[in-house]
Amino acid sequence: MIHLEKRPQPSQFWAGFTPILAVIATMIAGGFMFWMLGKPPLEAIRTIFWDPLFHETFGPYSRPQLLVKAAPLILIAIGLSLGFRAGIWNIGAEGQYIIGAICGAGVGLAFYPSESVLIFPAMVLAGALGGWIWAMIPGLLKVKFGTNEILVSLMLVYVAENLLASVSQGLLKNPEGMGFPGSRNFRDFPAAYNAELISGTGMHWGVAAAFVAVIFAYVLLTRHMLGFQVRLTGEAPRAARFAGVNPSRLILFCLGTSGALAGLAGLFEVSGPSGQVTIDFNSGYGFTAIIVAFLGRLHPIGILLAGLLMALTYIGGELAQLMLGLPAAAIQMFQGMLMFFLLAMDVLSHYRIRFNKTVPA
Amino acid sequence: MTGDTRHQNALLTLEGMTKAYPGVVANDQVSFSILPGEVHALLGENGAGKSTLVKMIYGLVKPDAGHMTLRGESFAPVNPAAARSSGVTMVFQHFSLFNALSVAENISLGMDNPPDRRALSARIREVSHAYGLPLDPGRIVGELSAGERQRVEIIRCLLQDPKLLIMDEPTSVLTPQEVDILFETLRKLTAEGTAILYISHKLEEIRSLCEHATVLRLGKVVDTCDPREKSARQLAEMMVGDTLHVPFRESAEPGAVALAMSDVSMTSPTEFGTSLRNISLEVRKGEVLGIGGVAGNGQDELLAVLSGEGRAQSGTIKLADEDIGMMHPNARRARGLLTAPEERLGHSAAPDMSLTENALLTGSVREKLVKRGFLRWGKTEQFARKIIKDFDVRTPGPDNTAGSLSGGNLQKFVIGREVLQRPDVLVVNQPTWGVDASAAAAIRQSLLDLAHHGAAVIVISQDLDELMEISDRFTALNEGRLADPVPTQGLDVETIGLMMGGGERETAA
Repeated sequence: MIHLEKRPQPSQFWAGFTPILAVIATMIAGGFMFWMLGKPPLEAIRTIFWDPLFHETFGPYSRPQLLVKAAPLILIAIGLSLGFRAGIWNIGAEGQYIIGAICGAGVGLAFYPSESVLIFPAMVLAGALGGWIWAMIPGLLKVKFGTNEILVSLMLVYVAENLLASVSQGLLKNPEGMGFPGSRNFRDFPAAYNAELISGTGMHWGVAAAFVAVIFAYVLLTRHMLGFQVRLTGEAPRAARFAGVNPSRLILFCLGTSGALAGLAGLFEVSGPSGQVTIDFNSGYGFTAIIVAFLGRLHPIGILLAGLLMALTYIGGELAQLMLGLPAAAIQMFQGMLMFFLLAMDVLSHYRIRFNKTVPA
Repeated sequence: MTGDTRHQNALLTLEGMTKAYPGVVANDQVSFSILPGEVHALLGENGAGKSTLVKMIYGLVKPDAGHMTLRGESFAPVNPAAARSSGVTMVFQHFSLFNALSVAENISLGMDNPPDRRALSARIREVSHAYGLPLDPGRIVGELSAGERQRVEIIRCLLQDPKLLIMDEPTSVLTPQEVDILFETLRKLTAEGTAILYISHKLEEIRSLCEHATVLRLGKVVDTCDPREKSARQLAEMMVGDTLHVPFRESAEPGAVALAMSDVSMTSPTEFGTSLRNISLEVRKGEVLGIGGVAGNGQDELLAVLSGEGRAQSGTIKLADEDIGMMHPNARRARGLLTAPEERLGHSAAPDMSLTENALLTGSVREKLVKRGFLRWGKTEQFARKIIKDFDVRTPGPDNTAGSLSGGNLQKFVIGREVLQRPDVLVVNQPTWGVDASAAAAIRQSLLDLAHHGAAVIVISQDLDELMEISDRFTALNEGRLADPVPTQGLDVETIGLMMGGGERETAA
């Protein structure tokens, strides 16, 4: 008989090792799936994990994409992880991301065609503020009326999407766009454009912000009282109240921070890689970031790695569709498997597996 | 009825039931019998051995010695299924139901040979109406109230046509109206010849419901009686025993008033909690005030209103003449009022966090473990090490989680954490609940030492022996009200019983 025996303490070794094990398991199970689809399994795996970084022709194009795609995921996931650790579930980062983008872009476009150096910083502030306000709605409603932040924040995503549709066809529409929906392109507005900082690397201000957020979150969680209160509230809410944590303030802090970071991600995306406010510039980063936060075990360094890994499977997945004709659904399955194995392997860090004879009852 | 005739007509007879756990004899030669159609109360303080005894009857625990007879035949259930097939069922204090499943699904999961779903639903409707406990088999358990959930458990038992129904604290989660309905049902059952073994702390309930009571103390049967003929006070005396050990204590010179509560009322934040009503007390420096009372009479709420988790009206709580009634927990800590709640895992300590982190939990303010918002881990770890060393906490080190410690060791850590912060006033709730004897002695000694060094100590406890041993003055909580404190020395069991029963206000001089 196989027994699962609870460890007195979660194993540090297994907590670090299980993600690697999960990636390997995903490669095996995914390879089997590709084989059943009649595709060469090894080549498919290599196309997803190896070619985006090291392929002679595609590498130079894909490598910068890795940072471009990973940055918003990391930025949003870092913010979400703070709340998730405290048991505060902001599911509406996608909405905060959109509102941040609209507000930031709106501030920039309002000053077109100014060349002032203050425009981009003002846009960054407006982006963060927009996301913060959008997240404060579920926050204040929860604190004042005890509403469920999961539902409210999620519903606000759809409100934000409708707002986005409205402004990209109305308020922010490019007056010189010959009637097409969508704002002016920031590539034609240098003072407001979030350009690559180092050419050919994909490194833009959003990437820098993501790295800063990782460091900031790490210091907060390990060295600061506020981070301790966040962790304590998640581990034992009653003990947190006993220790003097004010639950309302913590809810507002966590939702506000995650909203501001999501808003920042939206602003950096719309003013850089995407380039303009369009009805569908948002590509679901706000939702994918939830997965990234959990893949990274809600730990800042883990989220950094998880964001990069998630970006890699996206880019690699697109490449595999292009090169091998793999269906898009198979790529999604593959990403789902990764999530599944990571969560399933978690059992190893909490339990010890024992093989022994059944004890007579 | 004499003991012999009881024995002859008995449904279930227990003889010499004994069960020992490492360090404690939970049941020692327990013998009694239950008649058909009788509501039989099992009385005793926490730790008297009531749960162990009913677990043996229900087949959850194997006795070390003794034997049972059910309707004249030898009865030794190896597991609950065997007990159920012999007609013995049990309703637990904590429900074992799946919230996401329907009533009928839950009931069928708990049965050994469930009939098909449609027949079962019909049976549930029929039985639940027959016993006045209407229940819709199709509803999802998660949507039911606590009282309705208990109905599910009871109906599950009734469907098996029990001869003996064991109920462990069945009214602790019920509203008064629900209690009335439950009692009606139980009376119907006994009229049909089903016997009920009833465990409860609520003495008035036992007086109105039960015909016979067996009193357990420290694992032994110490008395039997007909509770209808006794007062609640007499029943309490039987539970407590009239040989309370009162050690000689030097009555110190009472110091200045350290903490004063005047007319504090607080509505309980939880549905089944007890609201505090007009509580007034004073505790002086160097004094230990003991607060007794049966669980659920406002102990948690009293601690909460003092720790700052609950707020009192302004001006009603004074710490050395400063109004602290509206202050949050850390402001009170900064001023010298420290507390230790009853529940160790999840309230006074976070089980999955290390001892160092748990030292920070309440120590951050007074031990200056935080500087401009940043944590001083080195200093915090030193503090944790000091607690571990001074209070003899058995653990490999401060990196271990609180949850990995035994109850006694964690309690020593929690009490040590507060004592080492040199409080002016320390309030502890159930300081030795579930703690082994040696750790309990160490904890009591540390509280006495603290008072000796000039702090005021309030000990809320259900353990009367403990309160007699360490407190200078005694009072009791009853339904959220506090009796007037009296000196512990020379206190007799009669007065204690009266205070715990809430009847003291009329008689105390």
